[in-house]
Amino acid sequence: MSDLQSQDYIRRSATTMIPPDARSWEDQVAKLIDVTRCIGCKACQAACMEWNNLRDPVGEFHGTYDNPLDLDPKTWTVMKFTEYENPDGNLEWLIRKDGCMHCEDPGCLKACPAPGAIVQYANGIVDFISENCIGCGYCVKGCPFDIPRISPVDHKSYKCTLCSDRVAVGLEPACVKACPTGAIMFGSKADMTDWAGERIVELKSRGFENAGLYDPPGVQGTHVMYVLHHADKPGLYADLPENPKISSTVEFWKGLIKPVALVGIAAAAVSGFLHWVIAGPNVVQPEDEQEAEEVLEANGFPEARGRSQRTEHPT
Amino acid sequence: MSRPYGTLTRNSTITRLNHWLTAACFILLMLSGLSMFDPLLYWLSNLFGGGQWTRAVHPWIGCVLLVSYTGLIIQFWRDNLWTRDDVAWMKAIDKVLENKEEGVPEVARFNAGQKFVFWSMTLLVPVLFFTGIVIWEYYFGTYTSIPTQRAALLIHSLAAIAAIIIWIVHVYAAIWVRGSMRAMTQGWVTPGWAWRHHRKWFRSLATTGSTGPRPNSNGRLNK
Repeated sequence: MSDLQSQDYIRRSATTMIPPDARSWEDQVAKLIDVTRCIGCKACQAACMEWNNLRDPVGEFHGTYDNPLDLDPKTWTVMKFTEYENPDGNLEWLIRKDGCMHCEDPGCLKACPAPGAIVQYANGIVDFISENCIGCGYCVKGCPFDIPRISPVDHKSYKCTLCSDRVAVGLEPACVKACPTGAIMFGSKADMTDWAGERIVELKSRGFENAGLYDPPGVQGTHVMYVLHHADKPGLYADLPENPKISSTVEFWKGLIKPVALVGIAAAAVSGFLHWVIAGPNVVQPEDEQEAEEVLEANGFPEARGRSQRTEHPT
Repeated sequence: MSRPYGTLTRNSTITRLNHWLTAACFILLMLSGLSMFDPLLYWLSNLFGGGQWTRAVHPWIGCVLLVSYTGLIIQFWRDNLWTRDDVAWMKAIDKVLENKEEGVPEVARFNAGQKFVFWSMTLLVPVLFFTGIVIWEYYFGTYTSIPTQRAALLIHSLAAIAAIIIWIVHVYAAIWVRGSMRAMTQGWVTPGWAWRHHRKWFRSLATTGSTGPRPNSNGRLNK
């Protein structure tokens, strides 16, 4: 989206200067997706397409309710349907709205090499500033949830913006507005956490003893949270990660080795310079030419003939 | 090309062209790669027309480098085989660094340091190529799993850093040992240069009557 809200940046990709965070009084926001109240109508998907003006080509039927099967550059949210047979032998239809989780510690932003292509606002929303995106796909590797998708059309990365453009002017995200059951709610993170707590008490009283809130601490919490009936087994919900965190490979690649590499490269260059100053160049001496010539002459080397007339040796 | 009487050919024209194509690719890859490696160096992407261009062109230059370096391997591998003398030379590296080469084992066409650069790059170039293919988002982004791509990115970065440091050693050695640069630009060295730095190579040329870069295989004098 646009970067009109640059005063709200608290994180900015590939930027060593700390963003000014000029409007730090912003409330932390969150979208709460109550999976236990979702009926799988896909109104959120339709609203997302409409608000963001995305028109994915009509796909193919794969024998499931998932349509399309997965996120793509023009599908920023998708309902994932799982048929789960619980220990009592009853079928549960678990429907999770997949999309960007807006991590408090975003792996995409950490991995991004392009300054300002990924930002995080003071309200917690993680946004891709497409004009700065170079299409390298590092965000795809950085994300613990497999969310960003690179468009083959313009070679830029796309994902849910949490309707940062709507939120900026006091509206709720389009999916929230469209949800007919109130399964998607939006507000301050504190309010959403409180509300989820009430809902979880209710679910527990109705027999879902493992009901709980999905706000994974491995990424310092997320600004999209789920109420799950089986919070002890998030993997049931179309492979929602149990304990998502930024991969240690990515942490190492984007952390320690950057300064170590630059120091190493600089040290190599400085060592060369110091050697030049201390030992100096290795220059061929007239004696070398003299001895070489004797060897050549001893071997009857025709090229050597006439060399002794030359006064200066190129070195 | 005019060259003084009595000089020896150190590198043939084909070798030199091959070398400089590889060098150009390496430098472009280093600049574009560093711009995508560390945000402090992102400005280097301006040299390539911006971030999108840098991202797009880097893998293609890598493909050219792989082909080009393969050419160097074909031309150089035989003279880079490790020998017992190389161990002795390495043990005397302190004398070499002090520019006191007397008493250091005689060196054939390449010394142990040059062989180290050659074999390091021979290892690193394919590692960089294959890990680079894995992370070439545009064509190969969907062929491997994300954990594989993460590992490839890390290995690619580490291999590139190693290659850059080795490249700095290589460039400095060419500046340090006077006459080496011309050996790769114009292709020739003086007999004294060969005597001083690559005496065994020099003797093999002298006894077979060759003017370089390799001794005459029939071993006869070229009278």
